[in-house]
Amino acid sequence: MDISLRQVEYRYQANSPFERLAIENVSIDIPSGTYLAIIGHTGSGKSTILQHLNAILKPTKGKVVIGEREVTNAKKQKNLKEIRKRVGIVFQFPEHQLFEETVEKDICFGPMNFGVTEEAAKRRAREAIRQVGLSEEILQKSPFDLSGGQMRRVAIAGVLAMEPDVIVLDEPTAGLDPRGRKEIMEMFYQLHKKRNLSTVLVTHSMEDASLYADQIVIMHRGQVYKKGTPQEIFHSPEGLLELGLDVPEVVRFQQKVEKAFQTKLGKTCLTIEELTGEIEKLFKGGQPL
Amino acid sequence: MMDKMIFGRYIPAESPLHRMDPRSKLILVFAFVCVVFIANNAITYGILVVYTLFMVLSSKVPLHFLFGGLKLVFWLVLFTLILHLFFTKEGEIIFQWGWVTIYEEGLKKGIFISLRFFLLILMTSLLTLTTTPIEITDGIEILLDPLKRIKFPVHELALMMSISLRFIPTLMQETDKIMKAQTARGVEFSGGPVKERIKAIIPLLIPLFIGSFKRAEELAIAMEARGYRGGEGRTRYRQLRWGLVDTLMLLLLVVIAVALFFFRS
Repeated sequence: MDISLRQVEYRYQANSPFERLAIENVSIDIPSGTYLAIIGHTGSGKSTILQHLNAILKPTKGKVVIGEREVTNAKKQKNLKEIRKRVGIVFQFPEHQLFEETVEKDICFGPMNFGVTEEAAKRRAREAIRQVGLSEEILQKSPFDLSGGQMRRVAIAGVLAMEPDVIVLDEPTAGLDPRGRKEIMEMFYQLHKKRNLSTVLVTHSMEDASLYADQIVIMHRGQVYKKGTPQEIFHSPEGLLELGLDVPEVVRFQQKVEKAFQTKLGKTCLTIEELTGEIEKLFKGGQPL
Repeated sequence: MMDKMIFGRYIPAESPLHRMDPRSKLILVFAFVCVVFIANNAITYGILVVYTLFMVLSSKVPLHFLFGGLKLVFWLVLFTLILHLFFTKEGEIIFQWGWVTIYEEGLKKGIFISLRFFLLILMTSLLTLTTTPIEITDGIEILLDPLKRIKFPVHELALMMSISLRFIPTLMQETDKIMKAQTARGVEFSGGPVKERIKAIIPLLIPLFIGSFKRAEELAIAMEARGYRGGEGRTRYRQLRWGLVDTLMLLLLVVIAVALFFFRS
């Protein structure tokens, strides 16, 4: 399902003394099957954009096109549920949304809200719990007896079980240990490829963005600062550094290599393998060329 | 989703009401609550309305914001008005249609009582809109100080109040966040049949409660870790100052009260 934002503007608490412009003139296209990463500082408008993707927020100006639907500020929109069924959001710290007595019931909650039968929902719950790397025994436990990391995975499973076409992730790995981080990011990536989903990842981590995304959007002060493929974005990292944003370690290492040897490598490398390949070409047989 | 709520909310501005000492504001509002009951005819209510309008204007709270936030209260006021219209059966009949009869007293009482109700809400909202929660609790603590002699836990009460006031916005934010998360999972909080909407409260309330308990525990630990041990011998960081405005405002209310006594029937 294609999603596109057209000149979207959003003001929080419009027409009150607390009015605050969150995003302005944001246009982003997310064609079906894209893995898009949105990067920016806290308060740059990332999370606001994300809430437009399934019509939780309606733009105060401009429009959001989700599949066939057009969401604008104009009139009261009916039947937004249809959109939410197809666009699943994993919010920041999703474990805060757990409420049921058992993990199974909590995972079934989303699908059943969207009209899936109990039986089918339970089947999806079993599948989802395996996807997030937990065992089926956990299904009968109370979500509040689990560890923080397990709760996070259960909450993610609750969104996966809705089987959305577009999955939106708001810093899904914040506060997890490094191994958990990697596992969860890998899991989303495998899912993205296998089910041909669109994935939108909001993150602080340049590493994740460069590794997984096809497209990167850099947000700065409520506006799109730059968009493009990871290669394009990291080809000239100076601008990012100026904004105080981080650059993947691989890119930084490449910069240092290029500076130390007064040369330019063939391409902008995003993984360690790519970079070692390029450096090997530079030093055939231990000797600089 | 809860943008329009104004109860317990503070709006920063530069106004005489903002500058007032919380003690005098508390006394003022408390006295006003009593004074309102003196009014019993058109002139006296007129005076009260003018006085309240004066206070609202001098608070510099944007009017559309204030009245927008009181929308819910409007409905309540309307409800009391209608109750009085239909159920007070005194005085002359002024309107009759089918089984509906409206009496003169009903109309009068209805208008007066809803007006009273409305003025009270307006003034108390003004207190919270122009005074930070922390100032209010400071004020209350000092005003209640004499009660310490009869072993009334004034400090603990004030602490409880400031903690709960402090966490109202946090709770609101959290409510908003969880509502959004559950909306994304297919819950409909607005619209849909009433039965569904009532059911929708559970996935909202349970996470809220759990979050609050967790936060309470963390707060208690954080306070103890920083050596908190009650109010005994504790000095104040924020000093309250009684100024000329405070005296003048209280005097104004006294004048109003005297006028009300004079004009009431």
